[in-house]
Amino acid sequence: MIPFLQICIEIALGVLLLALVLASVRILRGPSLPDRIIAVDLFGTLCVAAIALLALYTDQPVFIDAAIALALVAFFGTVAYARFVERRTVEETNADD
Amino acid sequence: MTDLLQILAGLLVLGGACFCFVAALGIVRLPDPIMRMHASSKAGTVGCGLILLSVALHFPEGGVMARALAAIAFLLISTPVAAHMIGRAAYACGVELCAGTIADELKDTKDNPRRLLLGQAGPGVERTGGP
Repeated sequence: MIPFLQICIEIALGVLLLALVLASVRILRGPSLPDRIIAVDLFGTLCVAAIALLALYTDQPVFIDAAIALALVAFFGTVAYARFVERRTVEETNADD
Repeated sequence: MTDLLQILAGLLVLGGACFCFVAALGIVRLPDPIMRMHASSKAGTVGCGLILLSVALHFPEGGVMARALAAIAFLLISTPVAAHMIGRAAYACGVELCAGTIADELKDTKDNPRRLLLGQAGPGVERTGGP
């Protein structure tokens, strides 16, 4: 690996870490449930990117499989959360009446 | 030739990381959930895609390249679907749009997710089945 690529990957890992911190800020601050779900979804996508970067950095292509699996889990988790929000809305409306 | 590929891979990695950072910045700075969903899905997909593309360029084996490209394809298909589902759920549960919103075309149509959701099991209707 040439030094240029190594430096690029190190910078990118730092930037991704900063992005993960920003996403965590939104998870903690909310204010509504959909906000938090969107932030968790972005957190998952950022983790996929970080794992792909690790595959480059350590020169181990096996990490790509982990990235694919995490992308799958993040997608299904987001879909499940969206269904949960809709169902909760219906139940809250029914409970109010 | 390999040096050139590695320089290209490095630039792609930097570009992808910048897109990811912009997505995170958008999620913190934008005022309402719909806009945040927009920032996270678009920039997240492209950022992740660029980094996976550089992985595909960096490893010369066909199997690794195929898996990286498959991951890009999966992200391109799944992220918009997930973002649309969250946006729809957010609208249906009645989140506040930001004060500067000038148009809400969904509000008065028959496709309004909130109306569809609450009309289905509306007030006073007994829900049958399910836990």
